[in-house]
Amino acid sequence: MNDTAEAIRMTPVRSTVQPPAPEAAAIDIRDLDFFYGKGHALKHVTMAVPANSVTAIIGPSGCGKSTLLRTINRIYEMYPDQHATGEILIDRRNVLDRRYPLSDLRRLVGMVFQKPTPFPSSIRSNVAFALTYYERLSRSEMDDRVEDALRQAALWDEVKDKLNHSALSLSGGQQQRLCIARTIAVRPEILLLDEATSALDPISTAKIEELIHELRERFSIVIVTHNMQQAARVSQNTAFFHLGELIEFGSTSDIFTNPRQQRTKDYITGRYG
Amino acid sequence: MAIPARRRIADVAAFAFATAATMFGLFWLTWILWTTLAQGAAALTPALFTQMTPPPGASGGLLNAFYGSAVMILLGVLIGAPVGIAAGTYLAEHGRYTRIASIVSFVNDILLSAPSIIIGLFVYELVVRRAGHFSGLAGAIALAIILLPIVTRTTEEALRLVPDQMREAGFALGLPRWRVTRQILYKAAMSAILTGVLLGVARIAGETAPLLFTALNNQFWSSNLNAPLANLPVVIFQYAMSPYDEWHVLAWAGAFVLTAFVLLLNISVRLLARRGKSR
Repeated sequence: MNDTAEAIRMTPVRSTVQPPAPEAAAIDIRDLDFFYGKGHALKHVTMAVPANSVTAIIGPSGCGKSTLLRTINRIYEMYPDQHATGEILIDRRNVLDRRYPLSDLRRLVGMVFQKPTPFPSSIRSNVAFALTYYERLSRSEMDDRVEDALRQAALWDEVKDKLNHSALSLSGGQQQRLCIARTIAVRPEILLLDEATSALDPISTAKIEELIHELRERFSIVIVTHNMQQAARVSQNTAFFHLGELIEFGSTSDIFTNPRQQRTKDYITGRYG
Repeated sequence: MAIPARRRIADVAAFAFATAATMFGLFWLTWILWTTLAQGAAALTPALFTQMTPPPGASGGLLNAFYGSAVMILLGVLIGAPVGIAAGTYLAEHGRYTRIASIVSFVNDILLSAPSIIIGLFVYELVVRRAGHFSGLAGAIALAIILLPIVTRTTEEALRLVPDQMREAGFALGLPRWRVTRQILYKAAMSAILTGVLLGVARIAGETAPLLFTALNNQFWSSNLNAPLANLPVVIFQYAMSPYDEWHVLAWAGAFVLTAFVLLLNISVRLLARRGKSR
């Protein structure tokens, strides 16, 4: 234990960034750069996201925190003028490699967006949607999986009697939990939440935070948030980004109570952002 | 705080102008409907829908013309709509950021505003001349070509209106593009795409010029698509130009039915669009 701490202190990496412990990392990001056309949105980002815990990404608008998430599941490839260089290793394979099949990657890495995006169909088919693509399930197996996912997303009790109703009839908070259910239904290892509560009221936000807390045991979760209290409440580790650079990455309590970088300190004390 | 007089005057003027413009538009529509109704009233009997187009001096109806029009419109939609929806999907989804898509889109705009008589002549050259005779099939093809760019454009617009977040959500689940398009985007854009098809139907329902060169007309009942086929617009044209009073009345009645059909179609389009929005 002490040896590890010693080793960490001694490792000559960029001093502010906590060195990765690759064997425990769910996502090992190495020297990642990201470009929107000519705009350089992420600069030489290296960080190891630990498994089975919640990692929060904070920073002022435009610092690249959402971009980082969008790189991990390569959703940015939808847009032809965006590209990334560097490596993102998941299970020791570089997912940025074009030969890495997108459907494999996205099955492994689920993502929930800022605005709830229920598909215009029933609650059941929203959850079953991706399942039918990945797995051949009997009707009863499918029902079990749908129920299981909705239970995990803490939505089952609210919707069990109206699975055939339109997903659009749900409230915003329920819709967002439905999006989480549909994402975890395919059993990913990693969950990316991109400001998943910023469009919701405080009660729905609290429910989702509680949910994140429970999901932590089964998934490695990365959340991007504007809300520093939220980062402090739900995460074990926090990374602070500024102008596309990773400024500081450490345990959440350290970042919030004892930041090593002036810029981190300025941000968490509300001097800018 | 008092509103300055200038603003109030501008407000009243804008209101008056807009109202007057609406009235102006409505005025013609009502006049057309009223005239066709009044002039055709004598022929608006069950016989209109049960009897064939008569020879001069005899009484009859427009059954064969209604039937021919319905068949050609239906066939035109069956040919034109799937191709248009597929092309619109290409423009909005698969070819989205490509140069070829912007070229296709531009060409589609030209086709959209091409005079329908040109399309009639084109199909005449392509089908009628080769077959050696006019036919309902040729008429349907001409109508399909007129419908095609309308459906292409409205499908493209409808899909573009679906927010990118919906696509991202689908892709983030690892689904391939065709599945995202078919199961998410089409569902989200369904009422707008249907609206486009119905608007296309309203447009081709009244087309006369292309049918003159393709389906021509048929005095008698015929369900043979490989032969000249009676149809409403051409019958109206022929009967209205004729010197016989019975034919005139039938032409008016046909014109009334056609106008009312297009009006109803447009109203249902509006209802459909509203339903799509409220969902």
